[in-house]
Amino acid sequence: MIRVVLPAHLRTLAGVRGDVELDVAAPVTQRTLLDALEARYPMLRGTIRDQVTGQRRAFIRFFACSEDLSHESPDAPLPDAVAEGKEPFLLVGAIAGG
Amino acid sequence: MSKVRVLVGTRKGAFLLTSDGKREQWDVSGPHFAGWEIYHLKGSPVDPDRIYASQSTGWHGQVMQRSNDGGKTWETVGNKFTYEGVPGTHQWYDGTPHPWEFKRVWHLEPSLTDPDIVYAGIEDAALFRSTDAGQTWQELPGLRGHGSGPHWQPGAGGMCLHTIILDRSDPGRMYIAISAAGAFRTDDAGATWKPINRGLKSNFMPDPTAEVGHCVHHVAMHPSRPGTLFMQKHWDVMRSDDAGEQWHEVSGNLPTDFGFVIDVHAHEPETIYVVPIKSDSEHYPPEGKLRVYRSRTGGNEWEALANGLPQSDCYVNVLRDAMAVDSLDSCGIYFGTTGGQVYASRDAGDHWAPIVRDLPAVLSIEVQTLP
Repeated sequence: MIRVVLPAHLRTLAGVRGDVELDVAAPVTQRTLLDALEARYPMLRGTIRDQVTGQRRAFIRFFACSEDLSHESPDAPLPDAVAEGKEPFLLVGAIAGG
Repeated sequence: MSKVRVLVGTRKGAFLLTSDGKREQWDVSGPHFAGWEIYHLKGSPVDPDRIYASQSTGWHGQVMQRSNDGGKTWETVGNKFTYEGVPGTHQWYDGTPHPWEFKRVWHLEPSLTDPDIVYAGIEDAALFRSTDAGQTWQELPGLRGHGSGPHWQPGAGGMCLHTIILDRSDPGRMYIAISAAGAFRTDDAGATWKPINRGLKSNFMPDPTAEVGHCVHHVAMHPSRPGTLFMQKHWDVMRSDDAGEQWHEVSGNLPTDFGFVIDVHAHEPETIYVVPIKSDSEHYPPEGKLRVYRSRTGGNEWEALANGLPQSDCYVNVLRDAMAVDSLDSCGIYFGTTGGQVYASRDAGDHWAPIVRDLPAVLSIEVQTLP
């Protein structure tokens, strides 16, 4: 099971507490992970990536294993530790505001 | 006894204020969608418990919500707004072409006859319609495509379609307004549109009387006078008596004719309300005195309504969708401020009192008069 940590607004929107656990068929990539996340929680469609272009929203970052994966290809394999469920995949809202 | 429900959209959530017909004691529910910007909520005229809401943040974009029980519970509905065809370009602030990009929903207007039909005015300016209670949205492309779209330019708040007026007497007729393009009318249910800006004069434009480019802030219409429109423009309060074919200024003795809101009394179609704001760079009331101005003559002759409103050191703004009226016998007037106050008058503006004082900045107000 892959663990996903959502930012607070999206936990509220999806009606979940704590981490989300997902079954994602190999290969585990940003795209397959987010496809699985949106299939489980359709209300999240459009809140992480654009529904038409599939591009990550500007103020969302993807972190895992202490790395910023935001600029990796959406089809690049995620780290083994994420695919094996040892480390979470974090969706982070960029610091914004004042 | 009748009830009143005030739907308040704010920078950090939605609030529902309810009272019986006396409008003395209010229950406050919220924040709904805490932390999100709620640009607008509006209920269906035929099923008042059906309410649509526009929810957004800079992080997560647009979410659409629907309630079927008067705002007690909500469910997310479709949030995919895709322009028809190749979107093309409009003008950017510097006059260069800029691609049309969806940003948010500014205004929701439920159908007068079918609770599953609702219109959405969006930024970048376009009109969308849902016929399945918000699950899916389709653009009415005749508006952007009528010819002047490439010349539209955003106002300071973005290029938003903020006003949608449906005509109960003519199902094919609809009015919309865009900052900063102007007002438009369709007579064939949205298939084709025409600009209706003749008589407007905007000195910030190279041609102050051009067909499009005017920064219309809000338009109001009384249902019993569907050809009579009242407009608060960037500067100037305007009136048309021929469905927008020609406008004339009715600013009269207002202390300033800049402002955002304009609305019409529920039972007196010649009684209108504005909140004058000092200027386009000083978005607060003149002299620090919050005053609603009422005209009982459809414009030109205005009286200040200040009883119960702060008359010193008040520097809030009242945004374009933040005034509404109820339809009780003694018409109630409501408006919200960027300081988080929602003021109500139970006697058509003669006396005012705050319902709430400390909400986040108010973006929109709608009122439902319930049986």
